[in-house]
Amino acid sequence: MIALLLILIPLFSGLITFFIKGEKDAKSWSLFASVLTLAVVFAGVFNLFDTAQSSYDAAWLSALGARFSIGLDGMGKMLCLLNAIAFPIVFGAVYNNDYKKPASFYGLMLLMQTGLMGVFLSTDCLLFYFFWELALIPAYFLCSTWGGEKRIQVTFKFFIYTFVGSLLMLVGILYVYFKTPDHSFALQSFYNAKLSTGEENFAFWLFFLAFAIKMPIFPLHTWQPDTYEQSPTAVTMILSGVMVKMGLFAAIRWLVPVFPHAALYYSHFIIILSVTGMLYASLIAIRQDDIKRMIAYSSIAHIGLMCAAIFSSEETGMQGVMIQMFNHGINVIGLWIVAEAIETQLGTRKFSELGGLARKAPALAILLVVMALANIALPLTNAFVGEFLMFNGLFRYNVWIAAIAGISIILAAVYTLNMIQKIFYGNTSIATENAKDIGMGTKIMLIVLVVIVVVLGVYPQPMMQLTNDTVQSVLIKFHL
Amino acid sequence: MPIQYYIALASCLFCIGVAGVLIRRNAIIVFMCIELMLNAVNLLLVAFSKMHYANAVTSDAKTIVGTDAQLFVFFIMVVAAAEVSVGLAIIVMMYRNIHSVDINFLNRLKN
Amino acid sequence: MNNLVYLVPLFPLIGFLINGLFRKSLSKNAISIIGCGTILMSFIISVFLFFDVKANGGTVIDYFNFIDVTSFKIPFAFLVDQLSVIFLLIITGIGFLIHLYSTAYMHDEPDEHFGRYFAYLNLFVFSMLLLVLGANYVIMFIGWEGVGLCSYLLIGFWFKNNNYNHAAKKAFIMNRIGDLGFLLAIFWMLNKLDTATYAEVFDRASSSLSATDVTAITLLLFVGAIGKSAQIPLYTWLPDAMAGPTPVSALIHAATMVTAGIYMIARSNVLYSLSEVSSDVVAIVGLCTAILSATIALYQNDIKKVLAYSTVSQLGFMFLALGVGAYTTGVFHVMTHAFFKALMFLGAGSVIHAMGGEQDITKMGGLIKKLPITTWTFVIGVLAISGFPFTSGFVSKDEILLAVYAHSPVLFWFAAFAAILTAVYMFRLMFLVFFGGFRGSHEQEHHLHESPLAMTLPLIILAVLSLIGGFVQLPEIFGGHDYFNQFLAPVVPAVVHEGAGAAKAENYLLIGTIVGLLLIFVIARKLFAVKEFNASYKGFRKVLADKWYIDELYDAVIVKPLNSLAGFLKSVVEKSGIDGIVNGVGRFVNYSSRQLRLLQSGQVGNYILFMVLSIAVLFLAFWNQEIIVKFLQNIF
Repeated sequence: MIALLLILIPLFSGLITFFIKGEKDAKSWSLFASVLTLAVVFAGVFNLFDTAQSSYDAAWLSALGARFSIGLDGMGKMLCLLNAIAFPIVFGAVYNNDYKKPASFYGLMLLMQTGLMGVFLSTDCLLFYFFWELALIPAYFLCSTWGGEKRIQVTFKFFIYTFVGSLLMLVGILYVYFKTPDHSFALQSFYNAKLSTGEENFAFWLFFLAFAIKMPIFPLHTWQPDTYEQSPTAVTMILSGVMVKMGLFAAIRWLVPVFPHAALYYSHFIIILSVTGMLYASLIAIRQDDIKRMIAYSSIAHIGLMCAAIFSSEETGMQGVMIQMFNHGINVIGLWIVAEAIETQLGTRKFSELGGLARKAPALAILLVVMALANIALPLTNAFVGEFLMFNGLFRYNVWIAAIAGISIILAAVYTLNMIQKIFYGNTSIATENAKDIGMGTKIMLIVLVVIVVVLGVYPQPMMQLTNDTVQSVLIKFHL
Repeated sequence: MPIQYYIALASCLFCIGVAGVLIRRNAIIVFMCIELMLNAVNLLLVAFSKMHYANAVTSDAKTIVGTDAQLFVFFIMVVAAAEVSVGLAIIVMMYRNIHSVDINFLNRLKN
Repeated sequence: MNNLVYLVPLFPLIGFLINGLFRKSLSKNAISIIGCGTILMSFIISVFLFFDVKANGGTVIDYFNFIDVTSFKIPFAFLVDQLSVIFLLIITGIGFLIHLYSTAYMHDEPDEHFGRYFAYLNLFVFSMLLLVLGANYVIMFIGWEGVGLCSYLLIGFWFKNNNYNHAAKKAFIMNRIGDLGFLLAIFWMLNKLDTATYAEVFDRASSSLSATDVTAITLLLFVGAIGKSAQIPLYTWLPDAMAGPTPVSALIHAATMVTAGIYMIARSNVLYSLSEVSSDVVAIVGLCTAILSATIALYQNDIKKVLAYSTVSQLGFMFLALGVGAYTTGVFHVMTHAFFKALMFLGAGSVIHAMGGEQDITKMGGLIKKLPITTWTFVIGVLAISGFPFTSGFVSKDEILLAVYAHSPVLFWFAAFAAILTAVYMFRLMFLVFFGGFRGSHEQEHHLHESPLAMTLPLIILAVLSLIGGFVQLPEIFGGHDYFNQFLAPVVPAVVHEGAGAAKAENYLLIGTIVGLLLIFVIARKLFAVKEFNASYKGFRKVLADKWYIDELYDAVIVKPLNSLAGFLKSVVEKSGIDGIVNGVGRFVNYSSRQLRLLQSGQVGNYILFMVLSIAVLFLAFWNQEIIVKFLQNIF
């Protein structure tokens, strides 16, 4: 029941939003709807209802053996929580922005939330694919309608790129479907599919490419910086905060347990690819002059670590990925909020045109510094625990790979401190001469994020217990 | 007469029709060639119909095997007649407009 | 008493929160009281803890599970034992004096920055306390990175100046390099032992760890120590870190944070005793650093730079002591060094304050007339660091030299050389600043004044400590009782002095020190207590004055290549390479469809031709389907 509510609330409130006339009404309605979703997620996370209610199953395409079955496990709860936290924060942070056609904007945003929820909840592969695409389509319209100058070109690339991945996955889904003993799309049937080694390796790549594009993994990442740069920031926050987690989530739920042998067989290759991507993206981030592109590359580096940790097939690494998925979402949304605040106020995103903001906007400076420190995984911020565990998993997998990947810790400090220095320190520039501090809405949202960052940094245990069941069940599959 | 003779004749007629459509530029001749191909098919249908009937009737005097092919022939003739009437009308209109019946002028769709 | 341990770091944290959040609304007095008061409270509790530990020994206090996975648990736990309590006293005690000093030194800052300063300083004390209180390496690492952050924030305190920001960034990044080593060491431990708690690690080290493991762990830990304690090759950040306010240099970059590396190795003494290789590496790196930075200090003209290089050099001495197995002596030198180096930095601050921000010693001179208290306390500091008999520095440095001599006479002579250099650059500094004639501008001379009580009081207290601080560890031949070593004995094995031989060596050292110091005093006085001073150096002296060009070397070998590599990746590999391929696929599709479009010529004849040909091909395929199917099967 809870699971169903999580899909229905954003779906219907999103559809209703399309018919709301006033801009203010659309804003407050969508904010209200997202808070409502958050409340339901909290109920799910804290088990306020008995566990029997956390899943839902109904006939859907019975001729094909596809059912509308959704359910919440630990990882699902955590990501739904992230999804549900992200939207009110985004809505709150952009509350003062004016979008043309606000009803459509907020409606599409809520539809995107529906798609994301569905992805995290579905336990049926066809349903999963359905929601996977459903999340992509609103994103496409949001970017191409409200984006920057080059939006059409960039969004087209983004759409085609991810769509190619999705189609490969669809082929893979059908391929596995025909191998399932009972011709069903259910998660369990997929786990039980009879695949020879060759077939498993083949299908693995069909799935992995789709997820790798979504994450994205080097060298399939080039859609991301462009899209993040051109999308309206509210959409970018969701894209990088929640949507890229789809790739990681799917790898943990639909890739590794379905193709455990192939995952183990290719793990070395994928880990090396991910680590290369980490260093590569970190190095590029050092030379970026655009705050949005820098955050995008930093995000690629972090995702690379998470992907590597998944394939390290170690408990610590997997546990680290779990909490890091959540933490990265929180941190990156915080960074985007700052980027957005700077861009809307000063009209530029170039480091070379900024400077001295610390004196003009002290509150923004402090909040950004905290988010930036979380980005470089300083202890007692949330990201530390995640990265600590992930590096630990990687270290158990291979000492040298962990050591090389560790260089990215240093590089992360370089580009993050560069950013702080160039935006906030030094003398004011023409652009920042008359800058003011951030508005109340943005400030409150950032403070909420900072509180989450610190609390999870000091006491991460609840989050780890939440996802522990998923970790254990995936690892059992991995080491079968 | 063995069926092969009919097949050979029909194939020849069909090929002449195809060659005519491909080579000639006069719309009316192209049209006639299309008719030729249709009739080649008709001939083949009738021939096979007779052949199947002849085979079946030896075992069962009341058989109706092969009659459906003859039905098809009539059907094709009807369609061909309709097609000719529409087609000739188009050619007449074409002649009125561009004072020619050369099909190479019919490339308006290209751009 | 143990249930109060959490209060020690909690007070500074509260101070940080109050000063940080309400820095705009609080008055300077309120900020000062909160800033100093919280540290004083911590100090008082630390004193109680000290006596408690002295009576009852050390304890571990568990709070909650920080990380808990199947393979290992990291509890958030504090360890109060002899070693950590010594550091607690140093941190909170000297920390308090420096906070007090800062209230006067930073008084000219605007309210908001004044509050920010004290917030950072409190946060630093909090992190440092976490570092020494942690009962496992992970908690230590938390404090370890925390102090790095505070150091970053405080070096770049005057953030308008981009040079300062660069220095701050450099410090943080160099520390991060070390941190990576530390982190890998923790992983190694967790991997082999499934624990990072000190007691368990040390218990299982000898049985469950192979020689390679121990060496790897200790070397990786030492990489961390190199970064934090500014040893070769990661020492260049510390002199640059002098960009921060002077009290910060005194607290963070001399007395406490940079000694974290010493603490870590002293804490891990069990592991280091198991690995001879690592111990030798520690000793040699320490000795090389001690000599190298002492040579650089000889020709520096910035008062804080001289002190910074001297700090690096003294840290080298401490590592040398640790490397030869004299762990308690290393820790003891941390303590005495904290006294006299904090004293000298604060004295330097007082001088800079009086000179209106001037730091160039060639523009000073003869300050004894206007700043008597600063001068005399500074002189005490100089005597202590040079090892003048019976000052604290003499006791600790003597012990180091003796321990080194027992380990290897060759190392001893190098160490003695470094000790002589110490005396030389310190006397040079002292004479140039306080004696001879004034070389600055007329306005500066007019501005000269002794600092207020809040600044001179810490100077006096530290001077007294520098003088008598050594008596807790006075060697037996001078009537001492090795109190310090005995106190630390449960945690850190003490050095055993060999009866008569040691006494003899001690006497030689005493005589040698007195003679050497007098000689240096006379020469330095002649050279540096002057009215005119020529500060342009040539030849080898210029190499020293330019710090052996190490910064330039790093820049050319690491920073620039990395930067150009990043640029190359960004503008070539990313743009034309990877993205080029992706866009190339799109462009290829576009191009081929444009070419294929030409087939749609609009000529009906063409269409029919294609139709006929396709039918022909299909017929052929139909007749030969078996061959085709076989062919396809061969392929897949």
